[in-house]
Amino acid sequence: MAIFLSRKNKVIVQGITGRDGSFHTQQMVDYGTQVVGGVTPGKGGETVHGVPVFESVEDAVKSTYADTSVIFVPPKFSVDAIYEAVDAGIKLVVCITEGVPAIDMLKVYHYVQSHGARLIGPNCPGIISPGLSKVGIMPAQIHRKGKVGVVSRSGTLTYEVVFALTNKKIGQSTVIGIGGDPIIGTNFIDCIDAFNKDKMTDGIVLIGEIGGTDEEEAAKYIKKNVKKPVVAFIAGRTAPPGKRMGHAGAIISGGTGTAEDKIKALNAVGIPVADLPAQVADLMAEKLGTAKKKKKSAKKTKKSSK
Amino acid sequence: MKIHEYQAKELFKKFGMPIPDGKVTNNPEEVGKIAHEIGKPVMVKAQVHVGGRGKAGGIKFAHNAHEAWEHAKAILGMDIKHCTVKKVLITEAVDIDTEAYIGIIVDRAAKMPVIMVSPEGGVDIEEVAAKTPERIMKLHVDPMLGLQNFQAMKLARFVYEDIGIARKAARVIMQLYMTFMHVDASLAEVNPLITTPDGKVLAIDAKINIDDNGLYRRPEIEAMRDLDEEDPSETEAKNADLSFVKLDGSIGCIVNGAGLAMATMDTVKHFGAEPANFLDIGGSSNPDKVINAMRIILRDPNVKVILFNIFGGITRCDDVANGIVAAVKDFKPPVPIVVRLTGTNEDEGRKILEEINLAATSSMEDVVKKAIELAAA
Repeated sequence: MAIFLSRKNKVIVQGITGRDGSFHTQQMVDYGTQVVGGVTPGKGGETVHGVPVFESVEDAVKSTYADTSVIFVPPKFSVDAIYEAVDAGIKLVVCITEGVPAIDMLKVYHYVQSHGARLIGPNCPGIISPGLSKVGIMPAQIHRKGKVGVVSRSGTLTYEVVFALTNKKIGQSTVIGIGGDPIIGTNFIDCIDAFNKDKMTDGIVLIGEIGGTDEEEAAKYIKKNVKKPVVAFIAGRTAPPGKRMGHAGAIISGGTGTAEDKIKALNAVGIPVADLPAQVADLMAEKLGTAKKKKKSAKKTKKSSK
Repeated sequence: MKIHEYQAKELFKKFGMPIPDGKVTNNPEEVGKIAHEIGKPVMVKAQVHVGGRGKAGGIKFAHNAHEAWEHAKAILGMDIKHCTVKKVLITEAVDIDTEAYIGIIVDRAAKMPVIMVSPEGGVDIEEVAAKTPERIMKLHVDPMLGLQNFQAMKLARFVYEDIGIARKAARVIMQLYMTFMHVDASLAEVNPLITTPDGKVLAIDAKINIDDNGLYRRPEIEAMRDLDEEDPSETEAKNADLSFVKLDGSIGCIVNGAGLAMATMDTVKHFGAEPANFLDIGGSSNPDKVINAMRIILRDPNVKVILFNIFGGITRCDDVANGIVAAVKDFKPPVPIVVRLTGTNEDEGRKILEEINLAATSSMEDVVKKAIELAAA
């Protein structure tokens, strides 16, 4: 198993006829994702890479029984697109779009919650369960099927870390980019909780960055609930305060959200934080190695006590 | 985006907030006229996008038009935390009985706006929060419902005992919330909100920060952008659709993706050097973006080397390589270039770079070390 996304998810692409939507539809189909339809108002009846296009999410769901959606529409229309998907009964919405106003996201978040759906993003690369399915824009070939869960606020930085893991032959159960905006549908804790419960995940990688206190909250949660090994990386040690570092959410404001605070909070609960992205793989290898030994020796003592 | 006090006051005023009369100008000769029109003692207030104006001498009281003119002459052109004062706000000076704080931000964890009020106004609210947190009341607003009257009243009663004053303050808190939601703010505050001896409630200072993501639908606020307050290279980058922040080091960085761009800066620092900038060329792989990025970075005379760190996904390494070649041919950069290419079309990218005798590495750490070595040479 993996978290949130398996082979079973039936996916529609909102904005399938656009440049990015069409390109990534092909990529997802090639990877083996069940892409069952797309939505672009005014283009119902067409096909994109063999995938049928519908007028609305409601139409698409009726015909295809889709339960998952990925959104590639421009920021102006993406809030409406999320509401439309959830209203039509979609349970997992992945919003790739960057530039959604935070005030809108406040309402979207509570709407999605109250309908029992899950939103990943906005402003995110999406989610991949290697070997099973991918719903997003990440380059598939750098991933490797395995047992480490990765959750990150970033896109290319996640690729960097995943690449390092894969080079060390440490495969991934699921890799989720939760997005770089201040208000996002799925937070670190949601993913860590799911990874913690997932039998096929042995270790967790958390990739954070400056801004907000999501990493600090995650540290507290891990201390209380998680026994699986966790390692982290935090981007933005050199970021100046008060400046938005690309991501809308990556800003140190009013003295909160510094990399230093986050690293301190993680270290305080025994989570090692890598100095360099590639070191995450070394730290994870170490942790998994010692965890295995512990398991083995635990078994031995059990036997000997018999 | 940051806006000036006078602009924040204009926005608050639209929602009915009581604010003393005032006018902004960049000409000291107009100051006397404005003060004369107000006909009362005035405050002369520097309009810059940084805090601590009062301590820096950028806010002065004037008994009359002549004094206002003298203060304005001193303040205009003054340097406050590396910002040159180009405008002053002349506003009626009012008698102050009490000073309070009211403000609103988005609580990222709760996914709700949170309103904060305190009877400790006119000082740094973060200091109040650190030293006497019991003097602050916080209230979360359900974004689906909006702020209700009883909530505004609860906040106001925390600050004011007098019911008449509290009612007036509750109205101001409601106006603060309305403004916040309608202008796509990320922060809106009045510090201080004052009462006068004759029982008026007035906002005498105002601050609003705007969520950049909301600007596409707020052209009237985009029009408030003050280019004088922004770094010219950052403005140029914005127009070229690049995300750029200028820093003080010597290693110029061009990266795809914000997280990786930050991590690249951190890696530069880790190996003992300082980055000259943050720059994210974004997801698309238009070679023009690379050319613009190099041009902007090379404006900074401190830059001793340009470092490319590209992890191809949607961004294609061959496109970036084409951009580098075009830029090198176009304006012959006076500093060395080092390149890391991994991911989509990296082999094609390498081949393209051979044309200008540039060898790309595939490791982020290696390319950073090489950049530092070259910058030191």
